[in-house]
Amino acid sequence: MCGIIGVIDKRRQLMDGSKIRESLALMDERGSGEGAGYAAYGIYPEFADAYALHVFFDNVRENKPALVQELEKWGRIVHDEPIPIYEAGIKKVHTPWRFFFKPDVTKAQESHTSADDIVMRLVMNTNSARKGSLIFSSGKNMGVFKASGWPEEVANLYRIQDYKGYLWLAHNRYPTNTSGWWGGAHPFNLLDWSVVHNGEITSYGTNRRYIESYGYDCTMYTDTEVVAYLVDLLVRKHGLSEKLAVKALAPPFWDEIDAMPAKEQELNRALRLTYGPALMNGPFAICVATADTLIGFTDRIKLRPLVTGEHNDRLYISSEEAAIRRIEPEIEDVRMPKAGEPVIGRVIA
Amino acid sequence: MSIGSVPLRFKVEIDPERCMKCGRCVENCSYGVFRKESDNIVVANSRACVACHRCLAFCPRDAIDIYEKPTDYRTHPVWTREVREAVFNQAKTGRIIVAGMGNVLPYPSIFDRLVLDACQVTNPSIDPLREPMELRTYIGKKPAALSVKEKPNGDAELLTKLAPNLKLETPIMIGHMSYGAISLNAQTALAKAVTKMGTFLGTGEGGLHESLYPYQDHMIVQVASGRFGVDINYLERGAAIEIKIGQGAKPGIGGHLPGEKVCADVSCTRMIPEGSDAISPAPHHDIYSIEDLKQLVHSLKEATEWKKPVFVKIAAVHNSAAIAAGIARSGADAVVIDGFRGGTGAAPRVFRDHVGIPVEAAVASVDAKLRKQGVRNEVSIIASGGIRQSADIAKIICLGADAVYIGTSALVAMGCRVCGTCNRGTCAWGIATQRPELTKRLDPETNAVQVANLIHAWTDEIAELMGAAGINSIESLRGNRDRLRGYMLDEGLLNVLDVKTVGA
Ligand code: SF4
Ligand code: SF4
Repeated sequence: MCGIIGVIDKRRQLMDGSKIRESLALMDERGSGEGAGYAAYGIYPEFADAYALHVFFDNVRENKPALVQELEKWGRIVHDEPIPIYEAGIKKVHTPWRFFFKPDVTKAQESHTSADDIVMRLVMNTNSARKGSLIFSSGKNMGVFKASGWPEEVANLYRIQDYKGYLWLAHNRYPTNTSGWWGGAHPFNLLDWSVVHNGEITSYGTNRRYIESYGYDCTMYTDTEVVAYLVDLLVRKHGLSEKLAVKALAPPFWDEIDAMPAKEQELNRALRLTYGPALMNGPFAICVATADTLIGFTDRIKLRPLVTGEHNDRLYISSEEAAIRRIEPEIEDVRMPKAGEPVIGRVIA
Repeated sequence: MSIGSVPLRFKVEIDPERCMKCGRCVENCSYGVFRKESDNIVVANSRACVACHRCLAFCPRDAIDIYEKPTDYRTHPVWTREVREAVFNQAKTGRIIVAGMGNVLPYPSIFDRLVLDACQVTNPSIDPLREPMELRTYIGKKPAALSVKEKPNGDAELLTKLAPNLKLETPIMIGHMSYGAISLNAQTALAKAVTKMGTFLGTGEGGLHESLYPYQDHMIVQVASGRFGVDINYLERGAAIEIKIGQGAKPGIGGHLPGEKVCADVSCTRMIPEGSDAISPAPHHDIYSIEDLKQLVHSLKEATEWKKPVFVKIAAVHNSAAIAAGIARSGADAVVIDGFRGGTGAAPRVFRDHVGIPVEAAVASVDAKLRKQGVRNEVSIIASGGIRQSADIAKIICLGADAVYIGTSALVAMGCRVCGTCNRGTCAWGIATQRPELTKRLDPETNAVQVANLIHAWTDEIAELMGAAGINSIESLRGNRDRLRGYMLDEGLLNVLDVKTVGA
């Protein structure tokens, strides 16, 4: 189950969250009221160069000072404030807060440490310590908003319609392998990467051990988390294109590889040999977003649905055609990508 | 003799009503249990019986019964029959007791206390009859990352050059059993079977017999401390080269092929004089440190123009993880971990039964250590020593192995009854012997089919287990601790295995 929707405007025209909210609500049947969430890119133009850290505090007065202290050790907090929330019938378990943070690379011990590396470390350290603070979103000029509840309730909690972004992801959760909790709702995020996912990753144990050997800590008790880390490793750290990264995560079968022309065969074999532990198994449909790209793909035998639609400058990816039509009733170019085939939309301006 | 004889172990009986006096038991028993007396067949020497069951298998009338004799010893929970008999024997001879095959002590099996998981509703099981299941495995070095140059037109050029890897169509290989330890017919049957199944067989440290050249692309040649049979021709013929440091059945000691087994042909393949004992010492006399090992790895690679993967085999012991990490850095392409249930042609019994650790724990800790050091993916792990069934293979892959070597089970597929007397060179099944009248009992053609059948059946079973776990490629089973649960294992072991308990 689970419903997912993603949309990107290739010319960075902003869309407010109202349509996404409706679209996700249309897939209420795919959820169980235990979690929903939204990710929006382009929402903080006034702090575009700072990392927007969205944090759940169990208790602001108790937990915040330690995090502030940690952040100040590695850089500067440009601004911070509670994330505005409204009465939506959701029981408030955490206080969502946002920090706009600029890391200082000169404070890192090793010279090649980048600002991204510092933020990644901060996220990993904070979340694995589990001391009442959870950084659930850490990209620039973007943010994740999520909680336990139905899509409309979560949208109302944050008043999603007030945010304007050029790229949106949304997720309606039907949790099966872990309990519904705020941190466990999708999207999952690390730096600019956000992920929504429908399905289960049966290779999670392998993927987790692989990604942990590169310094990523899986702390969310759920399989989707590794997807964000895997794309971060493959694309940001190893320099693969998004297309090749998807080929590593959901590669062609050996029979297909054996039938390819020599050069393509060599590349595909090399990808499987090198990134075998990153290969994802099980039923899944996944949308991954980063600052300028929206990617959708399914598992190698397409055990979960995925539909795409294009209209003018916008690419939509969703579990259901009806969810796309709720945003863009005029849409004509609707497709069902093949198993494992990446669908990629990129901003051109 | 003051000790006298020890009680009979196996009692052999012929039912005279059923016996048709065909004499097959007399012909088949290489231990001289039966005798023809005028017109009768008699059990002349029950004491010589090792329970290899050759006679039972060939009696056309089911006239033979073999009982394990209920002990005549005063029962004692600690001073078991084995313990007391060993003392008697050694009191008489003053010598080390040598035994064949694997560990006979009833250590609890970890494999049997691990259960595999299966999926239900939320993640569908995959039907292997209708969906592709990929068990293909590549053994060898892998790069940590790929470097690819992508052009705007979509073309991609691979900049990383991959090291040579062995391509296995199933994660099941057959481990090293030398010509000498086993017969040429047995080796030929195994070589034919792996060739048919798209996998590999180890030569053991006995060299490569000429008649096996047609199967050389599916053979891994071994370099042990004795260097028997090793020359450039041998190295070049193998699909991969394995340096044997240790063996699960006898960690810390070398090999010994008794002179009786060194017939003309064996002497020629091993490059040693006929009838001489072939002793490979415990240490390689040019390896006393990891740097020395690294040099040997490099010189073997250099000699074969860097075209072949080089494996290093060690016995599973407590510091396997640290050793394996060193091996990974020595340039070796794979590390073989041989557990304490591994078989052997001959070993001092005290080693076979008391030294080493189970392969399950060793593989889990090696995998963890290599991951911690960030090199797990660059070197393959092959597990051996105690793999009895397909479930064991699936479990050890979950614990971190890339592939397995089987040994005893391949011999059992050829008739071996695990009688544990391989060291005597009189294997009635024609397997662990060089006597022509015994080796001819083994037909390479039919035995190859049986061994191939076993690998085929196990491969199908692994595919079914993967499908049940919602996994369609073996890469996703490797190191996947989530698919395993410990059943009645203690917390310490669960930690080493990094596996949750059942119900969690
Ligand atoms: S093989 Fe069986 S039937 Fe033949 S002589 Fe022996 S016991 Fe009798
Ligand atoms: S190979 Fe022969 S001697 Fe060795 S255990 Fe098997 S049957 Fe007995």
